[in-house]
Amino acid sequence: MAILSREEAKKIIDKVLSYAKADETAVSLGGSKTGNIRYARNTVSTSGESTNLALAVTSVFGKRSGTATINEFDDESLEKTVRRAEEIARLAPENPEYVPMLGPQQYTEVKETYADATAAINPEYRAKAALDSIEICKKKNLTSAGYLEDTTGFNAMGNSKGLFAYNRSTSVDFSVTVRTEDGLGSGYAIQDYNDARKLNAAASTEVAAQKALASKGALALEPGKYTVILEPVAAADLIQNMMRSLDARNADEGRSFLSKKGGGTRLGEKLFDERVTIYSDPTNPEIPQSGFVMDGRPREKTTWIEKGVVKNMAYSRFWAQKQGVKALPPPFGFIMEGGNESLADLIKGTKKGILVTRFWYIRAVDPQTLLYTGLTRDGTFYIENGKIKHPIKNFRFNESPVIMLNNVEAMGKPVRVNGSLIPPLKIRDFTFSSLSDAV
Amino acid sequence: MKRRDFIQWSGMGVGAILGSSIPVIGRAVTPEELLEPAADRALKKRLADVALNAARAKGATYSDVRIGRYLQQFLFTREKNVQNITNAESYGVGIRVIVNGTWGFAATSDVTPDGIARCAETAVAIAKANSRIQTEPVNLAPQKGVGEVVWNTPIQKNAFQVPVQEKIDLLLNVNSQAMQNGAAFVTSNLFQVNEQKYFASTDGSYIDQDIHRIWPTFTVTVIDKAAGKFKTRDALSSPMGMGYEYMDGLASEKIPGPNGLVGYRNSYDMVEDAILAAKQSKEKVTAKSVEAGKYDLVLDPNHLGLTIHESVGHPTELDRVLGYEANYAGTSFATLDKWRSKSFNYGSPLVNIVADKTQPHTLGCVGYDDEGVPCKQWDIIKNGILVNYQATRDQVGILGEKESHGCCYADDWSSVQFQRMPNVSLLPGKEKLNVNDMIKGVEKGIYIIGRGSYSIDQQRYNFQFGGQLFYEIKNGQIAGMLDDVAYQSNTQEFWNSCAQICDKDDYRTFGSFFDGKGQPSQVSAVSHGSSTTRFNGVNVINTGRKI
Repeated sequence: MAILSREEAKKIIDKVLSYAKADETAVSLGGSKTGNIRYARNTVSTSGESTNLALAVTSVFGKRSGTATINEFDDESLEKTVRRAEEIARLAPENPEYVPMLGPQQYTEVKETYADATAAINPEYRAKAALDSIEICKKKNLTSAGYLEDTTGFNAMGNSKGLFAYNRSTSVDFSVTVRTEDGLGSGYAIQDYNDARKLNAAASTEVAAQKALASKGALALEPGKYTVILEPVAAADLIQNMMRSLDARNADEGRSFLSKKGGGTRLGEKLFDERVTIYSDPTNPEIPQSGFVMDGRPREKTTWIEKGVVKNMAYSRFWAQKQGVKALPPPFGFIMEGGNESLADLIKGTKKGILVTRFWYIRAVDPQTLLYTGLTRDGTFYIENGKIKHPIKNFRFNESPVIMLNNVEAMGKPVRVNGSLIPPLKIRDFTFSSLSDAV
Repeated sequence: MKRRDFIQWSGMGVGAILGSSIPVIGRAVTPEELLEPAADRALKKRLADVALNAARAKGATYSDVRIGRYLQQFLFTREKNVQNITNAESYGVGIRVIVNGTWGFAATSDVTPDGIARCAETAVAIAKANSRIQTEPVNLAPQKGVGEVVWNTPIQKNAFQVPVQEKIDLLLNVNSQAMQNGAAFVTSNLFQVNEQKYFASTDGSYIDQDIHRIWPTFTVTVIDKAAGKFKTRDALSSPMGMGYEYMDGLASEKIPGPNGLVGYRNSYDMVEDAILAAKQSKEKVTAKSVEAGKYDLVLDPNHLGLTIHESVGHPTELDRVLGYEANYAGTSFATLDKWRSKSFNYGSPLVNIVADKTQPHTLGCVGYDDEGVPCKQWDIIKNGILVNYQATRDQVGILGEKESHGCCYADDWSSVQFQRMPNVSLLPGKEKLNVNDMIKGVEKGIYIIGRGSYSIDQQRYNFQFGGQLFYEIKNGQIAGMLDDVAYQSNTQEFWNSCAQICDKDDYRTFGSFFDGKGQPSQVSAVSHGSSTTRFNGVNVINTGRKI
């Protein structure tokens, strides 16, 4: 049984801690059941299911720490694992940045991370989702390739200072690429949820199929600066990259886009358009997260950017202690505030612009300015007088999310993408630097 | 939580401390456990036969079994500190079967006759279930059994036998030397992998392989606080299919370049490279920002390897060409009609690119692939023309060939094997030519060294590459360092602009240690050899911005 209850997990962790002789000991216990199905060329290519249950013991003597892992749970095996972690710790080099473990914490319990409907997914469910998607495409003479993965799991942790945390969660991710038989059109759609009842693989397939058909006969536009409407999937990729760059230590050390000329950081500066507000909140029912992070810190509602101003940076416990500030853990999923308009409304309000379904192969070009490059993919369209006029060939972009979020024209209603809530964004002067022949 | 995330987390290793995406597979063990001998060969043969017999008894027309022990030791340091050491072992069995013309796969960590028999039955059951919705029956290219054979990476020094302290001392010395030469920050890492794989199939093959790989690397950062600038330079090492002897820094394996640059062939001097990196990073801070335009590019093997990987390696993967990767990595512009025409000019007539799984010291060099096919070398591009792809047993028939290319690989016993890239390398020029003489012939150009930012579209037409070091070439001379450089091109246009290739004395390999592909994603390691090569009239952009 890979998914233990809170009581079952606590019992094992307490037992392990009872064997401990080190200065400090932490135990983490996690289990998961995950299944997937993959299809391409309108047929299933691979499928599988696996379960995992494993326990890790970290023992600490002074500033030396060692970790050992086990997936057997009899008393003898558990005790042996504790002894092994202690042995590794004694031989380990000192870590001058070691910070003593946290004591008991108050965590917000977030029940919405787990959904029975997702936990109940079986091979038949996966096969049906794949087959439904394939059938939709076959009927339209289109070719589908897709992937569905579901996971049910739990995390628990405890330590010799009395800390204990437990959370169980589920997730389901679906993505599909639909191509025309002549290879001249391609569409894409993606969904991710904690609760599988919200997943509609067929609806995603319909969207991808429609985009595949609509993207045939693409015309070439000259590269240059354009007003773009980024669908949430496209916007998410760039904004997520920026949100991963909020580390305070890098900023303090002078090697971040948040470092200031002459020293110090840009915390408190207005770096973005005043409509830009980004925060994280584990209790948001659309993107629920466990109330703790894996080093034991509570996960709390945190505002990162408020009305364009950088409000907070993320800290390791070591760096926070050194700087004498609160150790805010980095955001995992986040919420970018938007407006009430739908994607269709944003298109309607655009005189000339480009609609981007998604970006692909995004890579950092310059960490100093957060300049990224990448390409549009699977549905790029020219908008004129509020209507989609025709498909266009894909572009390569070179753009920084920092510059992009200063050029905001409008924002729509946020939707869930990759565990975050992101609005469709209308951005002016987005830099496309060359054309691609790829479909 | 994704499977890999779970493993990272449960190890409380790299993932927990660095928040990194480096894939650690398996359970944490002591360094001593990494040295425990592989399981007895006769025992593995008996266990393999249990799997093959069980699968056959349940109706499989073909089956193969991989009993794998995968060992990793990764070391991470920054400045004066050891950040993390992970030692991991993953041991188990993966069984693949064909029933009713359909693949089935199952894996287990229960390496006992009972566990293996049950696993084989599960694989058969999955194949049977999937066969109901199968529309393309598997057509497996024949492979004669090779009997009982052994293949080992020809290493001189097993990296796992070198004391951890010795490796830590080396990395901390690298950091200290870089700091003494002007670096504000340094991270240095050492990745070591040992795959002990036993493969058996119903064709009558019993193949025992011991495979080693190593990758030392670092990043040096220089900060100019007053100017509000920071610059980095990564190591110019290459991951290799070698033991710890790669770290010897042999003078005989160094290739001197212009401006004090050093190219490393099959031996790496990490301390020397770190000192150079610190000095060059300082130079980068004040380097001239490039003027966008057309330049002749002189590309060092440590840079060109990635361009080969992305613009030739990936587009000639047959499974991509056929559409099996459409939902993830994408498809390919190098379609079958172009290959059938026998006249598709992938590059200029100078361009000869081979796939090779036999070249010593490379990441892709093994005796047999993960479906028991003996490894070989074959042409991908001959005199500029696309002549072949990379294929596995179940796809090579599409090319009219009767023998697999040997390109099947799984990153763990628990992962199903599929098509992965062999070493794909550009053959050196036949005329005597070194990099200094090549630069003499360039009027307006840029000399690029090292792996930088890289991006390419899903059909592998349009790409953009950066690098670690850029030198302006003016009238045959190096005129100084440049900054903010990236070049953009189209694959066919780029390879047709190939104008000159240095000779075999300049030939070195570049490598990718964690190349990702598939859903769920698997990693593989692959090398790309080349000599310094010149490409004429390539579009260079300026990547400098103000925020």
